[in-house]
Amino acid sequence: MNLKSDLAIRARGLRKVFNRKVAVRSLTLDVSRGEVFGFLGPNGAGKSTSVKMFLGLVFPTSGEAEILGHRTGDVATRGKVGFLPEQFRFYDWLTATELLKLHGRLYGMSRAKLKQRVPDLLDMVGLTPHREKQLRDFSKGMLQRIGLAQALLNEPDLIFLDEPTSGLDPVGRRLVRDIIKAQRDRGATVLLNSHLLGEVEITCDRVAFIKDGEVVETRQLRSALEEQTTVSIRAVNITAEAMTGLSQWAPSFRSEGERLTLSLSSTAQLPEIVRYLVAKGADVYEVTPQKISLEERFLQIVGSDGGL
Amino acid sequence: MGIWTMALVTFREAARKKMLWMALAAGGAFLMLFGTGLHFQAKSFTARGMNPVLRREIAFTMLTMGLYAVDMLAVLMTILTSVDTISGEIASGTIQAVATKPVPRWQLLLGKWFGFVGMLTTYIAIMVGGVNAIAYVIAGVTARHVVSGLLLMWMESVVLLSVTFALATYFSTMTSGVIALGLHGLAFLGGWIEQFGAVTQTQSAVNVGVVASLLMPSEALWRRAAFEMQSPLTNALRGSPFSTLSVPSIGMVFYAALYLTIALAVAIRRFSQRDL
Repeated sequence: MNLKSDLAIRARGLRKVFNRKVAVRSLTLDVSRGEVFGFLGPNGAGKSTSVKMFLGLVFPTSGEAEILGHRTGDVATRGKVGFLPEQFRFYDWLTATELLKLHGRLYGMSRAKLKQRVPDLLDMVGLTPHREKQLRDFSKGMLQRIGLAQALLNEPDLIFLDEPTSGLDPVGRRLVRDIIKAQRDRGATVLLNSHLLGEVEITCDRVAFIKDGEVVETRQLRSALEEQTTVSIRAVNITAEAMTGLSQWAPSFRSEGERLTLSLSSTAQLPEIVRYLVAKGADVYEVTPQKISLEERFLQIVGSDGGL
Repeated sequence: MGIWTMALVTFREAARKKMLWMALAAGGAFLMLFGTGLHFQAKSFTARGMNPVLRREIAFTMLTMGLYAVDMLAVLMTILTSVDTISGEIASGTIQAVATKPVPRWQLLLGKWFGFVGMLTTYIAIMVGGVNAIAYVIAGVTARHVVSGLLLMWMESVVLLSVTFALATYFSTMTSGVIALGLHGLAFLGGWIEQFGAVTQTQSAVNVGVVASLLMPSEALWRRAAFEMQSPLTNALRGSPFSTLSVPSIGMVFYAALYLTIALAVAIRRFSQRDL
């Protein structure tokens, strides 16, 4: 196994210009295998276009990307990929069972395999009672469910879910969450596009904030060690010398009376700082890492214009 | 495999959406009308004791007229049923879940194409066969070279199908439909200009017609088909309104084959390279 194939998605300076409008400016991203990765960003940030470039639906203007170690657009690789488009639409004259069978055949699955797989999937997404119903009679939530089943037919190594919970009620959302978890446990990589921050916070290992087609920031969600954090320290008797010495961890900090506010690159530095302050004779009363919620960070990045 | 799956689903769509059945029902109504007309005509000729040679010629003209109507129905059917399949699925996003499967795009397009070819072949065979069967039963005449005529009409439909596919990979459904019908209209008008040019022996008018046929060879194929199917007498006299005074050459048939191949190649190339 070469090093590159440890990555499920690798993008370098991916750019897409439609006519004259820049949809994705320059996307550089690594997603490891087995990760549940969230793509966050305001409407029009280029999330869907990026996903379409990974899938080979849209051709990049410049830059390059690989999925599962192969250049995007590679036909054989698509056999290991599942995709739920943002607005799942399909031939609405097919029944739920027929739709899954058709997609299975496009995946090159045998009839015998499908005979066993299709009922399992229908059961998983809770559509078994509606298996012989035509899709034109499906509600938005039901379409979302059948779309999800369709994306999992081939037991993919990499799954793209574009707004999978947008048409779903709380029960449906729970279902999607459970399915994502099951896929993670199976070892699959999931890329989730969503602006439902709560969903992302619960399901994802890591997120990237996208704005104007660029990754502004990536953030680990499952780790105890926050990658970036702001710490508030309440302490007295800090000497001027001790104060200056703090710049080795935080190049800039604010001091107001007893309260110091530092920006750190990792919470791993905290114990070190406390030891340092104590050694310099300061009396430390309180050290509080300020956890910034996903929503706060999202709003900081998107700005007050709401991305419109 | 991918081609076969797509061809099958395309054919099934036509059946499930009642498109195919409606077309066949309308075709059936047309055949009934044709048969009724021919029946009364034949009855009145027999009553008047008309010259059998003339009677036969009139029956032949009626048959050609019926085939001409079938040809027009086939042209409309070809364009109207196929125009939305590619551009419509791109616009609605339906194509996205399909085009991300491990099937090359050229196979998706060719599969759809074969599905439509299958459907149109069925339609044209039933209609041409039906008109001939009715003419034979009622008036005792059949087209002279039914098979070559049928093949030429089929080819006309396939030319239009391929052009419609090529257009739909560039334009929206509405625009593609307007252009495809417009091109056929141009060929149709060019054909008549060519006929009148031949009658009045105006070479430049004939040339206009030939140029129109080069731009869109659909109507020329029909005129060749009519020539193949008409009675030898009509062809010799060249007097009937549906006869062909200036007959497109076999060269034009080969040109049409090349034309449809290029149209299909353009469709495949564009569909493989465009954003979906």
